[in-house]
Amino acid sequence: MDFLLVQVLNSISYGLLLFMLASGLTLVFSLMGVLNFAHASFYMLGAYFAYQISRWIGFWPALVLAPLGVGALGMAVERFALRRAHRYGHVAELLFTFGLAYLIEEATHLVWGRSAVPYRVPPDLDGPLFSIMGTQYPMYRGFMMLVAVAMLVSIWLVLKKTRIGLVIQAALTHPQTVEALGHNVPRVFMLVFGGGVALAGLAGVIGGNAFITEPGMAAALGPIVFVIVVVGGMGSLGGAFIASLLIGFIQTFAVSLDWGLFGYNISQVAPVLPYLVMVLMLIVRPKGLMGTREG
Amino acid sequence: MEIRIKHAALAAALLLGASAAQAQLKIAYIDPLSGSFANVGEAGLKHFQAMAEEINAKGGINGQKVEIVGFDNKVSPQEALNQLKRVIDDGIRFITQGNSSAVAGALIEAVNRHNERNPGKEILYLNYAAVDPAFTNDKCSFWHFRFDANSDMKMEALTTWMAQNKNIRKVYLINQDYSFGQAVRKAAREMLNKKRPDIQIVGDDLHPLGKVTDFSPYVAKMKQAGADTVITGNWGQDMSLLIKAAKDAGLNADFYTYYAGGLGALPAMGESALGHVKQITEWHENVLPSSIEKWSQDFEKKYKVDFYYLRVRTAMQMFAEAARRAKSNDPKAVAYALEGLRFDTPTGEAEMRKQDHQLIQPLYLSTVQKTAAKGGPKEVKYDVEGTGFGFRTDAKLEASTSAQPTSCRMTRP
Repeated sequence: MDFLLVQVLNSISYGLLLFMLASGLTLVFSLMGVLNFAHASFYMLGAYFAYQISRWIGFWPALVLAPLGVGALGMAVERFALRRAHRYGHVAELLFTFGLAYLIEEATHLVWGRSAVPYRVPPDLDGPLFSIMGTQYPMYRGFMMLVAVAMLVSIWLVLKKTRIGLVIQAALTHPQTVEALGHNVPRVFMLVFGGGVALAGLAGVIGGNAFITEPGMAAALGPIVFVIVVVGGMGSLGGAFIASLLIGFIQTFAVSLDWGLFGYNISQVAPVLPYLVMVLMLIVRPKGLMGTREG
Repeated sequence: MEIRIKHAALAAALLLGASAAQAQLKIAYIDPLSGSFANVGEAGLKHFQAMAEEINAKGGINGQKVEIVGFDNKVSPQEALNQLKRVIDDGIRFITQGNSSAVAGALIEAVNRHNERNPGKEILYLNYAAVDPAFTNDKCSFWHFRFDANSDMKMEALTTWMAQNKNIRKVYLINQDYSFGQAVRKAAREMLNKKRPDIQIVGDDLHPLGKVTDFSPYVAKMKQAGADTVITGNWGQDMSLLIKAAKDAGLNADFYTYYAGGLGALPAMGESALGHVKQITEWHENVLPSSIEKWSQDFEKKYKVDFYYLRVRTAMQMFAEAARRAKSNDPKAVAYALEGLRFDTPTGEAEMRKQDHQLIQPLYLSTVQKTAAKGGPKEVKYDVEGTGFGFRTDAKLEASTSAQPTSCRMTRP
């Protein structure tokens, strides 16, 4: 029972981290139709920025400044490069973000080296939050969940309850009309792309010290984020949320259950199960759990 | 006419270049020099270069200066074979490699084939880190010499020490799902069962290599199973993430690892490794007193990397010694002289066993501690990669402890 409770908490916190990563990706996709392959690279940049800033002035400023820095970089990328690639269609955009991912990885090699950097959980948040029958639940994981939920709520509020959210939503379906009404649609796109990668940056700040900040971190989480976006439904924030939790639960519980299957132990293949879910989803329901677009 | 003179001059220059090259004894270092593992490859290269420099300062080997030439294999067997072709084209007769047993296996086969077809142009392979036991058993080759203890030998040493520790009752195995991880798991089960049948194996997980970000579900299982000891062959982020997750959940267990001191591991694990993460290696910097204490610190200052591979030093010294004894820098003669060679290392005598070309050397079990300067035990004088954490020896396991019988049937040319 306690074991179950611990695993449920582990599932939720991992799922929420995945959601932080996936939300930006799905946001950018729903608005701009850009499938950003470099999304996980911005997650990595968020972690490295936070490491650097926390060395200079501490973790708490880094929590704010690192995502802003990543967002600013994202806006610059959109304004000066992606916008040009956009003219040549989606394939050009896709290839551009693909190349960008490599560029960012090599750049981090040059600046921070190839080994892991010692980016640590701040002392205020280091330690157990509570313990269930001897198993500690780390405070930092609680913090992680808090940030993720706060993020979900604020994205929802911005999109549904503010004027800018209204413009963003309108630009999604009727860009010409919005432009005719005097709104600067390219600038809206720039802001959304910047905002989307800033969310990835925030996930990096939180995930970088919970796990490890190293050049391979983008490649490790990159594919799984795409799984979430596909399973949740391209462009659906709610779908991404549900899919993130689903993947969190699948991975955690596949590890905890020692079920044998054809001589294989299911825990042995736990980390690849999400990909199976993705493939099944694409066969059975290509638009995903809550998606509106067909493929 | 003018053109002819130019040609002649070019030919002369080429000849000069060629003869100058022949005056060098070249060793090809075929390991990752780009990509994710480049830091590990570059650190190894520096170890070899330092040793070449030292040998050259004493006059080289049989009158020839040693030169280490780096070839980037990107940790890919295919790329390693391409590089081997270049090595052969360049007329280099000695190679060394260490990262990944998959690469080593491909190289051994290719070297065997080349040597069979090109008598008089043989290539000799010095393996400094690929630990798949097969290379000195079923797949053993006259042209391959291994200077690291293979994974079965390390497990033998680990389990010998664990068998004496009565506090160990419940052991959990977690390994990466590929040939090395599976070898570690199999050896651990067999040897523990033989030496301490009362020890329970309470868990045995294999997970895909480098695909797990969150190890907390695994740690919850360990906790549930009541494990007091974990054995893992994990390396890189798979080890660091595991140790961090264990610390977060407050798992009170000792971790017996192969690679806790590997490049980048301690900076990633930090405090979470303190006091309960152990490694089995042929050396660490706090093996003191040591005849090479000053030498290793000088190395660190000059090359900006910790002196980690004592076995590279041993390999190069034994190589030089064998060539001197053979009075020849021909690979075949050197190989015969290396067989059965006994050599005094800073940790004791090592022997290149004749039957299987496996170096038998003392091993150390050590635990992560704070350095003395940071309030840790006084034996921990030097830290790893500037982290403030270093290793303290728990036990020295003499060479005979880890020696394993071999199934090798060597065919000699």
